[in-house]
Amino acid sequence: MRPLYIDAVGCCAPGLDGWEQARPVLRGERPYLRQDLPPHQSQLLPANERRRAPLAVRLAFRVAEDALRGDQRPPARLASVFASSDGDTHISHRISLALAQPQRVVSPTDFHNSVHNAAAGYWSIAAQARLPSVSLSACHASFAAGLLEAGALADVEDLDCLLVAFDVQPPPLLQALWPITESGAVALILSPRRSADSLAVMQIEPVPRVADTGMPDAGLETLRLSNAAARALPVLALLARREPGTVLLDGAGEHSLRLDLEPL
Amino acid sequence: MKPLRISDYTATSALGAGKAAHLAALRAQRTGLRQAPFETCELATWTGYVEGLDTPLTGELSGWDCRNNRLAELGLRQDGFLEAVERLRQRHGPQRVGVFLGTSTSGIQQAELAYRDRGAAGDGALPDWFDVGKTQNIFSCADYVRRRLRLDGVAHVISTACSSSAKAFASAFRAMQCGLCDAAVVGGVDSLCLTTLYGFNSLQVLSADICRPADAQRNGISIGEAAGFAIVEFSDQPGPALLGYGESSDAHHMSSPHPEGHGALAAMTAALQRAGLAPGDIGYVNLHGTGTPANDLAEDKAVCALLGTATPCSSTKGWTGHTLGAAGILEAAISLLALEHGLLPRSLNTRQRDPQLQAAILMENRQQRVAHAMSNSFGFGGSNCSLVFGMQA
Repeated sequence: MRPLYIDAVGCCAPGLDGWEQARPVLRGERPYLRQDLPPHQSQLLPANERRRAPLAVRLAFRVAEDALRGDQRPPARLASVFASSDGDTHISHRISLALAQPQRVVSPTDFHNSVHNAAAGYWSIAAQARLPSVSLSACHASFAAGLLEAGALADVEDLDCLLVAFDVQPPPLLQALWPITESGAVALILSPRRSADSLAVMQIEPVPRVADTGMPDAGLETLRLSNAAARALPVLALLARREPGTVLLDGAGEHSLRLDLEPL
Repeated sequence: MKPLRISDYTATSALGAGKAAHLAALRAQRTGLRQAPFETCELATWTGYVEGLDTPLTGELSGWDCRNNRLAELGLRQDGFLEAVERLRQRHGPQRVGVFLGTSTSGIQQAELAYRDRGAAGDGALPDWFDVGKTQNIFSCADYVRRRLRLDGVAHVISTACSSSAKAFASAFRAMQCGLCDAAVVGGVDSLCLTTLYGFNSLQVLSADICRPADAQRNGISIGEAAGFAIVEFSDQPGPALLGYGESSDAHHMSSPHPEGHGALAAMTAALQRAGLAPGDIGYVNLHGTGTPANDLAEDKAVCALLGTATPCSSTKGWTGHTLGAAGILEAAISLLALEHGLLPRSLNTRQRDPQLQAAILMENRQQRVAHAMSNSFGFGGSNCSLVFGMQA
């Protein structure tokens, strides 16, 4: 795969509200303190869609808009990859609850929002983005799989690509069986070409399975393991520190991804 | 693009298990749709139900047991596919074979069953037997398939509603083209569940009648289920190949297509360009053709804008029902059968063609050799994918 240039970053998780705020924490200049995320109003979603957009979609928009703040390109010129382990479990939860009732009344809005590509659909409408868009899952390795798909779009189709990885904490009933313990999301704007915006260049290679790279800080390490999107934290830490380095990420098969980053 | 040779493929749907069953049903003009009830569903509707999914998975992968993975297993056992994958694995090595599947609802039926089995202990908790990660999770079918086939390469599930398993071909091509793997198992699995039956019913697109694509009185979809798989490699061997793919987003509405079919047209145009073909080279189009008034009309506009009004077209959803995330691979398989056997299937259940539609809808089966076939798959969220297949000499 050709080298991939990282042009912009967005993130949010409890205690890391946006890339600006996350950077000093990831550089080790400020301690990581877990704090609930304040509410967020999307700037891009049209009013109609804003009313209907479910939790996971709003989370995806939050980081996509965060990344776009540092980027000059109109979002319509980006291909996109939306990677999520489970999509919006609050919706499948509500639908499953409704189907367990005798009347079985499923909300039509819940149903059309239940597709795994809901975030991609809302994004294409809000950004008027008509280029190829992929929504995928590789369970806990969804960020790694999303990175490969975005890298392949950039390499093979020569497209700049928005990658959004996101996962929401499930409702309590489901969480007992499926411990995604925090909501979190990460966005990267990736390009096959170096530009004035390029923050770093990354080389991606699948390798036989090895232990993945952790976070030295205990709180951040807990966060990294709390959902599939947060597996991106070691990449974000290198970007925040503007240091070269290697990150090993668990892949979905019996392999890992080796990411070699150089700041630009 | 460099053609992607399809070394083997198989399909399982309401028409039966394997390619021969599909070809026989197509020749006999026999629909797989039935008015029989599915599970506890009380809706008046037709379904494309696959027989033989009532036996749980056993052995070391029994933890992945759910209707969707039972369907995957049944699909993998057809047409010598397991043996073909084993040869592929020997040829390339398990690390170099990727798995790219599509599904829309994965094992969500397992969640439906679990939510109806709550509180056995009096606390309302979900039952212990419910394994979210191995069944409900979107990746479950690819995880099952890669383990079953002992493939260790890159793997993911594309889930873009009804374009999912068509887009899996594009994803596999890209991964192979940039060196992430040397070959891939591509496909899709989607199974009947109450979520889609009651969900499409809530949107008033589930027909009480049998699905009648392109019919003047069409009023919606019948839901089916299917599993299909293909082995793709870069190879000079003669035989069927993917020649082009095109993907686009409508950027219009979450659950309605662009009324002029702009997104569909963009996907079809990109597929044709990537294949290096002219509109006149396409001899058959397997339409997305869900049988809703809006879909068939918008798609017709796109097809006619690109290919004119003479190219033979049909939706095969009157035979199989709409198999949602598996529609891309199932209809790719039907398009490949059409190419290999010179059989262009008719638009089954279409009584009177909608006069608003301009395309050459096949009202009868036609025995005709064609060089190239196009297969369209469009989904909620405005996700479009078009594939072009041909025979490599």
